[in-house]
Amino acid sequence: MSADLAIVLPEIILSVYAMAALIFAVYTKKDAMAPTLVLATSALFLVMALWIGTGGSATGSAFNGMLQNDGFARFAKVVILVSAAVVLLLSQGYMKQRGLLRFEYPILITLAVVGMMVMVSAGDLIALYMGLELQSLSLYVVAALRRDNVKSTEAGLKYFVLGALSSGMLLYGASLTYGFAGTTTFEGIVQASEGGISLGLLFGLVFMAAGLAFKVSAAPFHMWTPDVYEGSPTAVTAFFATAPKMAAMALFARVVHDAFGTVVGDWQQILAFLALASMFLGAVAAIGQTDIKRLMAYSSIAHMGYALVGLAAGTAVGVEAMLIYMTIYVVMNIGTFAFILSMERDGRHVTDIAGLNMLAERSPGAACALLVLFFSLAGVPPMLGFFAKYGVLLAAVDAGLTWLAVAGVVASVIGAYYYLRIVYFMYFGDPDARRIDGTIAPLNAGLLLASAAIMLLGIVNMFGIEGLAEAAAASLVN
Amino acid sequence: MTAFTITFYMFALTVVASGLLVVTARNPVHSVLWLILCFLSSAGMFVLMGAEFVAMLLIIVYVGAVAVLFLFVVMMLDVDFAELKAEMSRYVPIAGLIGLVLLMQLGLALGTWGYAEDAQALRAAPTPGDMHNTKALGMLLYDQYFLLFQLAGLILLVAMVGAIVLTLRHRTDVKRQNVLAQMYRDPAKAMELKDVKPGQGL
Repeated sequence: MSADLAIVLPEIILSVYAMAALIFAVYTKKDAMAPTLVLATSALFLVMALWIGTGGSATGSAFNGMLQNDGFARFAKVVILVSAAVVLLLSQGYMKQRGLLRFEYPILITLAVVGMMVMVSAGDLIALYMGLELQSLSLYVVAALRRDNVKSTEAGLKYFVLGALSSGMLLYGASLTYGFAGTTTFEGIVQASEGGISLGLLFGLVFMAAGLAFKVSAAPFHMWTPDVYEGSPTAVTAFFATAPKMAAMALFARVVHDAFGTVVGDWQQILAFLALASMFLGAVAAIGQTDIKRLMAYSSIAHMGYALVGLAAGTAVGVEAMLIYMTIYVVMNIGTFAFILSMERDGRHVTDIAGLNMLAERSPGAACALLVLFFSLAGVPPMLGFFAKYGVLLAAVDAGLTWLAVAGVVASVIGAYYYLRIVYFMYFGDPDARRIDGTIAPLNAGLLLASAAIMLLGIVNMFGIEGLAEAAAASLVN
Repeated sequence: MTAFTITFYMFALTVVASGLLVVTARNPVHSVLWLILCFLSSAGMFVLMGAEFVAMLLIIVYVGAVAVLFLFVVMMLDVDFAELKAEMSRYVPIAGLIGLVLLMQLGLALGTWGYAEDAQALRAAPTPGDMHNTKALGMLLYDQYFLLFQLAGLILLVAMVGAIVLTLRHRTDVKRQNVLAQMYRDPAKAMELKDVKPGQGL
């Protein structure tokens, strides 16, 4: 038992911290404590990331294989913790300015992170569902945090109802899987499907894939994403676009490789279809958007498509490419949202793209950093985003999915249009448009520049991420 | 036919019949009452299977709490059920179609029903023979599934925090009852006696 507890120690520490912080804030000055809690939570996340990243926490499988703290889980956990810490710090100024900084916010984020950590190390269908619900339920609440705003309430409700529907599909699939395999552990399901997949198990796989596709917002299960991104407070949107995406994608990888690793051919076609639909839908639907938050939502759908291409390869190289892709995606999104959070006109937060017209005139530094980030999001060489796309497409070609890789290139060319359109607005736009003020808080500016610098400097050796991702992928696929 | 089979068929028939009446009853209160009967007979079937704990759970939780809550909701809320039913009839064709598709899928899945070869051996928790099932459930829940039990607790905590975050409003413009202030009110200060002369007023 104590060996089991040592493996889940990071999760235990974070949960105990969340409960202690809740009681502490309720019995002291409540919302006045929120800034302190945000700082403390971010610091704790970073310490945990450092601890897990340096291999301090115990590894192995705990509670009869329900949780697996292997190299793959550790890689995902570090990305989740670091991005959550950065986004939490980033959101403080925005939330405070709008009177949304309530002390429950950092606590709900902490509990969501605990859920994500359980998700990425789940080794059992029930643990998977528990982690997923812990994460989703916290996210539904923070989406509706701006409760006096109709759009925010709508975002929360829509997310909740559609999330419950997807959880239902996932559970239906899980129960069919359990019915045919006779066990809920991934280890047992792999054993049961060794001699080929039975029809019932296939049904289970399809339903679970549908539920998980909803959580990563892959087409055709993407319909909630634009509305939730638009309606939620921008700081919360920034959070949605980073850590939960990484967690859901890692969970997807874990289910297909850990539980259905012997029947790659059966889920490869599902993932290839999801990837194809997401890439094209994300690229085409983003073209008509006028709101940058909606645009980022469609952009995230397209990016999930590319990450799924890596996963669809069904090889260790594919998982490695997916992990690198998601890490780079998270870094790009943090930089972009650092800028979006500081888009203001006359002291009011605005999100329409027209506000970006001739940004280069007012704040050339920010415009230049944003140009690098958008080029990277579009996948223009020599930015890091290009190498991310190159990795997943190469993995797909190696696995014999050349048609998918070709489709990916085509979709990326279509998608480049709307990223470059924003760059065009910033440098050659209409100077008479209602423009944003162009002032950026020091923290946001720092993160924006750091993110852009990573996109440029990372091409040298990707800061050693490749080796780590390779080791992580090797621990998942064997 | 033994007493066991007779009891089984009686309970089974009651479950199916009351389930049908839940859907067809015109009065919603009657529907809830039929639902309670349905729960009770299912509890009887669980007892026949030797699962006393689940049977008692069904009666205490479903009949005792959930069904009574339903009854309160049905009686308290002013819902026009006739209008709801009229609304429902519009969606019958599409609902029927989805139902048919699901039925076909289930038929397909059940038609090829077969456990994986080693499913029986893999089964995580076979019913132990030497203890009654309440104890067996407890052993599982607090031992093998201890982690998941705690995680479920965390999920409930999030639900509670969420409900408070989204609904609690500290209003400052309302007068609240202050019990202590009421109790320590001094009658001598609250009342003043004036000696009013007749015909003059104050």
